[in-house]
Amino acid sequence: MTTPVLQARGLVKRYGKVTALAGSDLELLPGEILAVIGDNGAGKSSLIKALSGAVVPDEGEIMLDGAPVSFSTPIDARNAGIETVHQTLAVSPSLDIASNLFLGRERRRKGVLGTVFRMLDRNGMRDEARRQLDALGIMTIQNPGQAVETLSGGQRQAVAVARAAAFGSRVVIMDEPTAALGVRESRAVLDLVLQVRERGLPVILISHNMPHVFEVADRIHIQRLGRRKAVVDPKTVSMSDAVAIMTGAMEPPEQAA
Amino acid sequence: MSTTLSSKQDPGPLGGDHVDRSPLSRIQHLLHAQATIGPAVVLLVSIVVFALMSDRFLQPGNISLILQQVAVVGTLAVGQTIIILTAGIDLSCGAIMVLTSIVMAKVAAETGLPGVPALLLGFLVGTACGLINGMLITRLKLPPFIVTLGTLNVFFALNLWYSESATIRGTEMPSLLLWTGETFTIGGTRITYGSIIMVVLVGVMAFVLKNTAWGRHVYATGDDAEASRLSGIRTGRVLLSVYATAGAVYALSAWILIGRIASASPQAGQLENLDSITAVVIGGTSLFGGRGAIIGSLLGALIVGVFRNGLALAGVDVLWQTLAVGVLIIVAVSLDQWIRKVKP
Repeated sequence: MTTPVLQARGLVKRYGKVTALAGSDLELLPGEILAVIGDNGAGKSSLIKALSGAVVPDEGEIMLDGAPVSFSTPIDARNAGIETVHQTLAVSPSLDIASNLFLGRERRRKGVLGTVFRMLDRNGMRDEARRQLDALGIMTIQNPGQAVETLSGGQRQAVAVARAAAFGSRVVIMDEPTAALGVRESRAVLDLVLQVRERGLPVILISHNMPHVFEVADRIHIQRLGRRKAVVDPKTVSMSDAVAIMTGAMEPPEQAA
Repeated sequence: MSTTLSSKQDPGPLGGDHVDRSPLSRIQHLLHAQATIGPAVVLLVSIVVFALMSDRFLQPGNISLILQQVAVVGTLAVGQTIIILTAGIDLSCGAIMVLTSIVMAKVAAETGLPGVPALLLGFLVGTACGLINGMLITRLKLPPFIVTLGTLNVFFALNLWYSESATIRGTEMPSLLLWTGETFTIGGTRITYGSIIMVVLVGVMAFVLKNTAWGRHVYATGDDAEASRLSGIRTGRVLLSVYATAGAVYALSAWILIGRIASASPQAGQLENLDSITAVVIGGTSLFGGRGAIIGSLLGALIVGVFRNGLALAGVDVLWQTLAVGVLIIVAVSLDQWIRKVKP
């Protein structure tokens, strides 16, 4: 059996009397798209936040390639190769595309200009941004020097995905990437998700949109009441059964996946 | 509005810039991309108008006077700009400047401390005041407006207490503290070293904001603090460093202030905090953070200086000068709101 790239065991997170995670597990296999679905309050967000370093779980362990890790900030998770596309995108609208792609990890010029005067390698970053956008087939964004606020919702999402794909070396987590988008933009973003997988990066995709989930996911993790209720194969389980398991109307079939 | 009808080819869901814009929309996009064009045009037009209204306006002596008058507010506006870029505001900048000038001058006058250490002491005081603002804002999570409203009074009271409300005369100080008021002559125009310090400071800060990661982080933090945090920027540290840097910049203003009035007065610079905000706003920097430039604030300070001076030369009463500045502020902020509504 292959070692999961990212594995969580028995994660617990309590906020006062509210238990958001009640011993949740998660396994992400190499090169797959794992969708995480669940009703509101099922603990999807807390689970994802624990994996991306945004919250520190009270109990449980997280393993990356089989080795235990602990993240106390989003930066820790990023340094470990886990990139997250947040639902709010976490882009700075007034900065340009290249600046956003490198936000928080800017490249400096070589030599004295970089070390003493701390000058940024603006051209280098722009070229790299250009390359990353091209690599994901987002050719239509003409100029990486363009401000993000001049972009449409789908284009902004593309920038955020490009950033994650460019820097994520192990795992890319996407939180509701299609939630705010129209039909055609959603289509294009789903293609981006598939392209990230084609690059060999496993993806955790959180979504409320069942057709999207069933279209791209290799496996579906169903979260319910703070625990992993089941992991199902979208090719053998129907959309309505998945929803039934998610809402508790149906028990999961004998341990699939 | 013209954009929806006119897209000839479909650029695809993730693509393409819209073409065909109305002239007004073009101006909006231009100002959106280059926020300093607006104040630059206003400054040029006002210079031309005032030169036509009065022969004396463009005379070297008058230009020298405007530059001297602008130097204090211009440097304060540099500190104010980096704070406003983070969506903050600093009402205490004038109080920090005055307190700093009093400490530098009084310690030097009473203990015979030479000029250089007296200046360094001033930078220490200014930076410490800025750090206090920054700590209250980042640690106690208080709004910058309230924090600096409070520290404005605290610093001003400390200034009155330490100075015992007495002015320190220039003759009691080391000459280095007065050097900013000294002049040299270019083409008949006497220029103070203080105005040169202002211009150099503007250049350095503009460079830092544009070319360093810290500069990007200042803009990003002001634009969307939560997004910046998720991107791995330590926004608390950025804010702290911005307020501390602004404090150090105010110490520079204090030095220029001493040179300008050839003394250190606890009552000087009472309204400079609002004047610096005026310069920043007229210079096209948005009060909502994340948008603007240092050069704009210099232009803003110059516009206010030119307006006051030009109207005075034209024989217009002070009250109308003040009214004109007020109108300028409202026009500048309305323009900013309009520019912000730019459509992709």
